[in-house]
Amino acid sequence: MAKNKLSMTDITIEFPGVKALDQVNFETETGVSHALIGANGAGKSTLMKVLCGAHDHYTGEIYLNGEKVSIRSPKDAQDLGIQIVYQEVDTALIPYLSVAENIMLNETVSDMGKKQVVKWKHIYSRAQEILTSMNVHVSPRKLVSELSLSEKQMVLIARAISKECKFLILDEPTAPLSLTETDELFQIVNDLKSRNVGVIFISHRIPELFEICDEITIMRNGKFIIKEDIQQTTINRVIEHMLGQKLDEQFPPRHANIGEVVLETMSLSDREKIFEIGINVKKGEIVGLAGLVGAGKTEFCKALFGVAKKVDGDIVLSGKKVKIRTPYDAVKLGFALVPEERRKEGILVHETVVTNFSAASLNNFLKVFSFLDFKSEAKKAREMIQSLGVKTPSERTIVENLSGGNQQKIAIGKWLVADAEVYIFDEPTKGVDVGAKRDIFNLITALAERGKSVIYASSELSEIMGISDRIYVMFDGRIVNEVMKEETDEEKLLLYSTGGN
Amino acid sequence: MSNSNSVDTKKSGHSFDLFDFMYKYGTLILIVLLIIFFSTMNQNFLQTSNLVNILRSISIVTIIGVGITISLSVDGFDLSVGSVASLANAVVISMFVWYQQPAVIAIGAGLMAALLVGAFNAFMIVKVKIPDLLLTLATMFIIQGVALSYTRGATISQNMIMSDGTYAEGQISPFFAKLGQIPWIIIIMLIVVVVVHIFLTYTKHGRYMYVIGGNKEAARLSGIPVNKYKILAYLLSASFAAIGGMVLASRVMTAEINAGGPYLMDAVAAAFIGFAVLGAGKPNAFGTFIGAVLIGILANGLVMMSVPYYAMDIVKGTVLALALALTYYKIK
Repeated sequence: MAKNKLSMTDITIEFPGVKALDQVNFETETGVSHALIGANGAGKSTLMKVLCGAHDHYTGEIYLNGEKVSIRSPKDAQDLGIQIVYQEVDTALIPYLSVAENIMLNETVSDMGKKQVVKWKHIYSRAQEILTSMNVHVSPRKLVSELSLSEKQMVLIARAISKECKFLILDEPTAPLSLTETDELFQIVNDLKSRNVGVIFISHRIPELFEICDEITIMRNGKFIIKEDIQQTTINRVIEHMLGQKLDEQFPPRHANIGEVVLETMSLSDREKIFEIGINVKKGEIVGLAGLVGAGKTEFCKALFGVAKKVDGDIVLSGKKVKIRTPYDAVKLGFALVPEERRKEGILVHETVVTNFSAASLNNFLKVFSFLDFKSEAKKAREMIQSLGVKTPSERTIVENLSGGNQQKIAIGKWLVADAEVYIFDEPTKGVDVGAKRDIFNLITALAERGKSVIYASSELSEIMGISDRIYVMFDGRIVNEVMKEETDEEKLLLYSTGGN
Repeated sequence: MSNSNSVDTKKSGHSFDLFDFMYKYGTLILIVLLIIFFSTMNQNFLQTSNLVNILRSISIVTIIGVGITISLSVDGFDLSVGSVASLANAVVISMFVWYQQPAVIAIGAGLMAALLVGAFNAFMIVKVKIPDLLLTLATMFIIQGVALSYTRGATISQNMIMSDGTYAEGQISPFFAKLGQIPWIIIIMLIVVVVVHIFLTYTKHGRYMYVIGGNKEAARLSGIPVNKYKILAYLLSASFAAIGGMVLASRVMTAEINAGGPYLMDAVAAAFIGFAVLGAGKPNAFGTFIGAVLIGILANGLVMMSVPYYAMDIVKGTVLALALALTYYKIK
């Protein structure tokens, strides 16, 4: 079979304020599986979106078999035989239609032309054909809503190869899969390879890339770093390339004064995303919770805060076993959570700065009969604006109009007003500019110095290294390692959190 | 890396914004214009007796609308208030006429019946997690049927003929009969508006309700007992529906079939018009009152101009659409 060669050269793309890709080169060919890897925000997904036509404002060229091609829309990419299966499978499937209808969606939607009548027989037989060729045993008449996650993925892959497919991009396909499901996926990938399809595989799990891929391209901060044969490299070299030269983020000096254990969890599970989590946090300590996106950090934070539905296991606070069923219970016990989804969960976007600051501790701003004490509430808000350096025209401003960093300061500040004992931060620097980041680090360190216990969950390993005293690493919903900050470095953390040891 | 939302602070300048102005004062200006228009068309419009008449005519709509306002404040929606008003109306009159009970027990029974409905709504919405609008739509039908079954599909009135051929002997207490008359009916309305306005704006509970209505998830993660306040909201909205229904009972001194039903749509309209009053942008009791005033003036003025009653809904609906346009164009 003739090999098709694909190359992308000097791809640059900018979004307001960020250069997401900077003169990136990428090359692969059919019949090969190619790993594309990089830390969070390295630009892997953006590059693949360019390739499959989801972004049209890039500069640079794309060549197929040496011929320049123009990809400016998903249709262009599909016509060239480039297909993608995104990570969020549910966004691409229509749950109340059958497997066959979903597989044949392109045909029924865009290739009908003037035809008005759907040929059901053809749809079912063709879908069955594709599924059989993939060795997938799912009835084409089943509704997609009844499928498991991995089966949904198969349906999407089937849709991708239902038309002519030269290159198939899989964006973190294994993240939600179990081990056996992953094996099944790998068989399909190998099968596709033998049918002269080029598979581009994005994944954070480095060990599995060595299992399935032939070549690897590494990206960092929107730049191309290196392309190698996977046989000629090692996990450690890949990690080195991913991290590169460390940027000196400014972390405040730490004068840790660590006391007794305040919080302890014993085999905490939510039966879905996290299993058997046992950690402890001491007084005045900052405990880092490292792990990739999807490792279960957020779920753990939420389980601790009473947000998860069903939680097994025990939580011990200051030596006493406590029951936390709702966030209301958690707050009463002295927990504070700064959630990852700031706009959805952390702040009240349509309310004023004052209302946001007092939301978690309104009982401190009351007069008789639950009447609000507007004066003391506003005074406290002005104090917080001062001490946190929130940039806002006034305390009456609606929070929606503030920048991401200032919103995050308010999401944190609300818990400073409430004066909790255990602070849980879930990706607090996400979407926050550098200046505000430093302020947030200062704040967290100051909290620990005042004797509060802090859990800092993040997939930014440099931040974890910079701020924590002790670090737990999560992988696949479990704690896989516990290390002191002095005994480890970013490379080791990345290794642990990608499933290596 | 999805949200790099570094929106700059202070987007709007200080230049005069006509739309903004209309958003804030549009409803009030419309009311003034209507008053001027109607008074030039008809001399009698501005007479005290007519103005009092308007206030009396909107009082029941306002009270029921305030109930809806409370349910809206937690981002809910109580469509069952009309039926609950009918039920409370039927219960209170039957207590007097059929069972010869004193006013305290009659009113208490009416409230209890409403609270049961409110508790049912709250349970189904909070625990079974049925969307508010759909569940209260179902409740609306159920309670409409319950009220009809209770009165056996007939109007309850003093000295009515009972099924065994005798006359009902109970009398409506003179105290209760006063509630639906001027000035009491207007005073009750004003008290309801003022109390709920203070409750929503100046107390912790009101603040929590608005916060829940604005962002339920963020409210929950701030440690606010969201479910408790949702339950409270539905109990309150049912209670105000009951008060509305009982004031209605006192005004007409009978319990007619589905008497509260027609008030639902006017009350919903008043509550939504209220969003825009003085640029509140959220449900509020004072705004609901102004909304009811607007509807009341329109209805009264148009009747005086001999516009037939059957065309009235066209006008009310149009005003509601305009008010909604103001609110949602602003929110986007």
